[in-house]
Amino acid sequence: MMLSALFFYLFAIMCVGAGFMVIAAKNPVHAVLYLILAFFNAAGLFVLLGAEFLAMILVVVYVGAVLVLFLFVVMMLDVDFAELRAGFLKYLPVGAVVGLLLLVELIFVVGAWLTAPELVSDVPTPPAAEVSNTQALGEILYTRYVYLFEGAGLILLVAMIGAIVLTLHHKSDVRRQSIAAQVGRTREMSVEVVEVETGRGLK
Amino acid sequence: MTIGLSHYLTVAAILFTIGIFGIFLNRKNVIVILMSIELMLLAVNINFVAFSSFHGDLVGQVFTLIVLTVAAAEAAIGLAIIVVYFRNRGTIDVAEIDLLKG
Repeated sequence: MMLSALFFYLFAIMCVGAGFMVIAAKNPVHAVLYLILAFFNAAGLFVLLGAEFLAMILVVVYVGAVLVLFLFVVMMLDVDFAELRAGFLKYLPVGAVVGLLLLVELIFVVGAWLTAPELVSDVPTPPAAEVSNTQALGEILYTRYVYLFEGAGLILLVAMIGAIVLTLHHKSDVRRQSIAAQVGRTREMSVEVVEVETGRGLK
Repeated sequence: MTIGLSHYLTVAAILFTIGIFGIFLNRKNVIVILMSIELMLLAVNINFVAFSSFHGDLVGQVFTLIVLTVAAAEAAIGLAIIVVYFRNRGTIDVAEIDLLKG
């Protein structure tokens, strides 16, 4: 019990600290790296909560794909990031006021919320000793929530096609292979039969 | 010293506030704004998983999975738009994204 409390505080403090560095870091590459650290620690919190599958998804999908994509884009764009930080101090007071107000409100909520007594668990978690978290999640995701699951797949498909369509562009001065033109060639377009008289040659 | 639900909710609240704060501080840099949105979504996911775990109800984790999917799609599309915008205009300053004169 003591050890899990210790790990909770470790992960929580690291996560919040890394989250703060995401918005405070001067270099956006460092900001992305801090975001990766924050996600790793959040994965640790998920493991403490018994949601191992989501923790692994967070590490594999989020850190492995999304944040690496961020890193690619940050490194690809040749932007003067120092110039983009110019208004940093100007916005600090209003940002601090809004942020603090929101935090105070949220902490009031956290301190005072009540669970409705008539609340019944819709899909109770099976005991961890019998069924692993991954299996339990799979058993309801592929049965009860299969339409939700397929909808998520469709969203990812649309996002993939959208990202490709947006970023694909053809430079006009680059000669490209035109497969349609190649396949559409007929014999008449490329072969000419010429009668050549002996000793005369072609004109 | 047991860790209760409110401990996790507090961490999530602080992370969410940091996300809001980041949007205000880095008003010019779209990439940092996107990263702040990711932080806020992470805070929401921590809330879902904490409630799911403490109430013993798996639906929260299913919903977290869906939130993760949508967040990944949003990040991919957002970054694609940023790349295209940078290619066309040569800047990603939010203050200069005013072609529509809105």
